[in-house]
Amino acid sequence: MLQSDKKKTVFQTNPDRDQLVVEKLKNHFVDAIIVHEVMGDMLCVNVQKEFIYNVLLFLHDDNELQYNFLTTLCGMHYPEKNQLGVVYHLHSFGNNHRIRIKTATDLNHPVIATATTIWPAANWMERETYDFFGITFEGHPNMKRILNVDEMTDFPMRKEFPLEDQTREDKDDSMFGR
Amino acid sequence: MSEKQIIPITIAEIPEGFSGKGFFATSMKKAVGLARKNSLWPLPFATSCCGIEFMATMASHYDLGRFGSERLSFSPRQSDLLMVMGTVAKKMGPVLREVYIQMAEPKWVIAVGACASSGGVFDTYSVLQGIDRVIPVDVYVPGCPPRPEQIIDGILKIQELVGNESLRRRNLQEYEDLMKKYNME
Repeated sequence: MLQSDKKKTVFQTNPDRDQLVVEKLKNHFVDAIIVHEVMGDMLCVNVQKEFIYNVLLFLHDDNELQYNFLTTLCGMHYPEKNQLGVVYHLHSFGNNHRIRIKTATDLNHPVIATATTIWPAANWMERETYDFFGITFEGHPNMKRILNVDEMTDFPMRKEFPLEDQTREDKDDSMFGR
Repeated sequence: MSEKQIIPITIAEIPEGFSGKGFFATSMKKAVGLARKNSLWPLPFATSCCGIEFMATMASHYDLGRFGSERLSFSPRQSDLLMVMGTVAKKMGPVLREVYIQMAEPKWVIAVGACASSGGVFDTYSVLQGIDRVIPVDVYVPGCPPRPEQIIDGILKIQELVGNESLRRRNLQEYEDLMKKYNME
C-alpha cells in the first residue's frame, strides 16, 4: 500500500458533512459562531461562550446531525489572551462523523455552562477540567476536585504553574535547567 | 564427584552467653532481638513496579521465607515491618501515615525503590518527594526498580537494626523527638 493511500484510509474526511454542520449552525445561531475551519482531518468550530449549551444541545438533538457521543472534553489556557477555554470532541455514530467545538472564557471569571444534562459522560471530564484549569461549570451536580488533593488551591495545568515539586531542596537548578 | 559435600546453613547464630549442661543463659536484649529479627511480619504497601519486584522476592525463586519473613500481614496491627514499594502520590500520603500509626510498636519502615525514597523521576507537584516526609524510614533501597537481591539486602539491613536495637530505644527522648517531628503522639 502506498503511503498516500494509507493516509487516506486512516484520516477519512467528509467535507460534505462538515459543510452541512456549518450551514446548520449558521442558520440556527447567527451570532454564536466565531470561526470554523478544517484542521487536519476534523472540522473545528469556535463558539461564543453564551451559546455553548444551546449549540451542543442542538448538535445532539438534531435529526440530521445526531452527535450522540461526547468523546472527550478538556480545558485550555491562553495566557497571552488572558483566556481559558474548553474543547469538546463530538462523535456521531450514525453518520460516522467527528467534530470539535471550542469555546473561550475570561481568565478572571471562568464560568461555562455544563454539558452533563446533554451527555452524562461530561460529569467526570468537567470535574477534571475544573481540577486542572479552574473552570467552573454552571449546573454541574458535583463541582469539586476529582484527582488532586482537596486542599490544593492552585490549578496545575495552567501555564504559570511550575511542574516540579517546589519543596525539594536537593536539586541544583543549574544542573536541572530550572 | 562421588561424595556430596554438605554445606551447613546458619539461619540464626547463637548469641553471646553462658551455656552448661542443659541450659543456656544470655541477656534478654539478645534473646528478644534474635526472636524479633528472624520473624519479621512485613506489611507490603505496594503501589507500582517495585511491588512486582517484591512479589518476585516473595516467590519461590528468591524466597524471602528463608529469612523468616514469609508471613505477610495485610493488617497493620499485626505487622512489624512496613514495606513501601512504589510511587506515593500526595493524595496517598495521609493514607500511608494512617497505616504507620495503626502499626503496633516496635515497628520498622523500609522504603523500596527511588520513588518511595525520594520521589524518583516523578519530580512533580502531585507526587510525594520521598515517604520520609510523612513517616520515619529505617532503610532505603535504591533502584528503579531494585532487583529482588537488593530488596533482600534491605531486609537484611533491617534485621541487623532489629537484632541490635536496645529494648528501650523506643522510650528514648530521641525517639520521642522523632515522632514529634512527624506530628505523631
